Amino acid sequence: MSDLVPLLVAVPIFGSIFALLAGLVRSRTGWPLAVLAAGVQVAGALVLAVDVFDDGPIRYVVGGFTAPFGIELVVDGLSATMVVLVAVVALGVLAYARAAGPRSNAFYATYLLLVAGLTGMSVTGDVFNMYVFLEITGLAAYALVASGDGGRPALAALKYLLVGTVGASLFLLGIAYAYVATGTLNMADLATQLEAVGYDSPLVWASFGLLVSGLFVKIAVFPLHTWQPDAYAGAPDSVSALISALVSTVAAYALIRIVFSVFTVDFLAANDIAQTVLVAGAVASIVFGSVIAVSQRDLKRMLAYSSVSQFGLVVGAVAVANDTALTGAMIHLVGHGVMKGGLFLTCGLIAAATGARTVDEYAGLAERFPVGAGAFGVLALAMVGIPPAVGFVGKWYVALGAVEAEAWPLAVVIFASTLLTLAYFARVIERIYFRDPPEASAGSGPADSPSGSEPGQGSAAGTDPGEDAATGVATDGAGVDTDGTGTDTDGTSVLAGTDDVDASAVSTGMVLTVVAAAVLSVALGVAAFEYGQLLEPTIERLLA
Amino acid sequence: MIEAVADRVYYLVAILLLGIGTYMMIGNRNLVKKVIGMNVFQTGIFLFLIVTAYVTDASPPLLTAPEPHVSPLPHVLILTAIVVGVSLTAVALGLIVRIYDEYGTLDEDAIRELVADE
Repeated sequence: MSDLVPLLVAVPIFGSIFALLAGLVRSRTGWPLAVLAAGVQVAGALVLAVDVFDDGPIRYVVGGFTAPFGIELVVDGLSATMVVLVAVVALGVLAYARAAGPRSNAFYATYLLLVAGLTGMSVTGDVFNMYVFLEITGLAAYALVASGDGGRPALAALKYLLVGTVGASLFLLGIAYAYVATGTLNMADLATQLEAVGYDSPLVWASFGLLVSGLFVKIAVFPLHTWQPDAYAGAPDSVSALISALVSTVAAYALIRIVFSVFTVDFLAANDIAQTVLVAGAVASIVFGSVIAVSQRDLKRMLAYSSVSQFGLVVGAVAVANDTALTGAMIHLVGHGVMKGGLFLTCGLIAAATGARTVDEYAGLAERFPVGAGAFGVLALAMVGIPPAVGFVGKWYVALGAVEAEAWPLAVVIFASTLLTLAYFARVIERIYFRDPPEASAGSGPADSPSGSEPGQGSAAGTDPGEDAATGVATDGAGVDTDGTGTDTDGTSVLAGTDDVDASAVSTGMVLTVVAAAVLSVALGVAAFEYGQLLEPTIERLLA
Repeated sequence: MIEAVADRVYYLVAILLLGIGTYMMIGNRNLVKKVIGMNVFQTGIFLFLIVTAYVTDASPPLLTAPEPHVSPLPHVLILTAIVVGVSLTAVALGLIVRIYDEYGTLDEDAIRELVADE
């Protein structure tokens, strides 16, 4: 069964190559290939997760070089969770991207490469291997952010690239220090060797500091978050959803892995300063992320700052370092991935239907576009932490862990974070449900979705019978065809009255994905307790 | 003091390169120079790892060569890291070409003004 582990990294890579090659023969064949690869990935990830949760961790030696000399892949409960999350979110966003675009084969090739990188980061048991996958993830993410039209996405991607590279390079420097101190790169071996070197050795300190700062950049912890709002706001909606749901999440998983599998909880106990740095990062992220989010007018920028704040919670849980908080961190990582990905997709859906992209333009949305408004409301309240949604369970465990550890300042900030989250979501929900729709002149701008500006798509989608074979989303062909003309008629339908939803720009697949994310954000909350119990042996092993 | 510096001169150069690279990324307004700064920064790290692998009077890691051998691992790691660095540079330059096409300049401040006017 352990052969499945390397296959999970290989499948998306092969899918990526096939998507690229198929594009040479025939354009717009990327989507079905990507769905096939992502489907196989989901099936494999589920089988692996069932195996891991039943029988304990799986180790796989790559190329016959035994650990600690060769590269080892290790899958425990945390890795398995991440692999499943990556696969499921990737498949879900594909259902949305079918009609929303981008549509080129190169896009889907990069998309699958990102999935491969994220899966690799999740399953690896070797720190240098993790660096390589971190960079693969980064490269794919930069390219995806730049896949929108115009100069802004390219600028955002370049900024992301420069800052992200510094982060990854610091991570590499941290690995170099750890290697100098111990002469090994295997995580399990590092844990014992670092202890032998001594937790007060400057080499070990430097290594910890560099690894953690590098990952802080990738997670977007305040004040190292500056790449994130531009990247999320500049990218096409499908990409924002995918990246916000997965990239920072897997980086946060890497932080948990580095802190607990490599440095171990004894290192944290021996060095108060290490714990203080983590707490400081967490508190700054939660507070400043929320405060800046409140002042944003653009919805996607607001959601980006919200991510800064939510990942503060996860970093806080790492600082607390007990089993309750870590269970909470994992639940919140999964929950945040689903909720934030869902929120970005909802934003994209609303923008495609009504053209609204700022907080003010959301006024009276409930009447104009009830489905989008409802999904946004559910996801936003889930993020705030209203029970029984998954946002509540994650925060509850983290807060409980902080109280158990008697980390009072952190506990106060975590409880306050709920109010802060409410502060920026409440003003949007208030506009959606309790304000009148704007006059005909406002909010009538043509739907500015990335798909709308792609030329010649109508004929191309129509001439590709292969794509229509996909079930469930087959009906959205019409939506694609009329995209260009549909946006033109938008202005007249606004004048006609409240029925100004540009239905042609919204496909069934897009709506279904958004609704599924909203339902999942509540359903996961119900299942979270069971999941916490499943995770218990893994976390005990991690903290041993 | 001088002796201590002389012993570690390679490390000092590596750290100096890190500083220069960071400064170039922050201080330069030209986007291409920022990317060059990123390359200098990465090179600093590569050299740091190579220096750690240096052992006085050691031979290459071949069984036919006399002992002691140097560890080949850092060199392999750096080869991988260089490949990653080249890919990053390629992507960055690709983005810069697009930015130049769009705005007709590579000056950060000028681009910022153009974006604000949009």
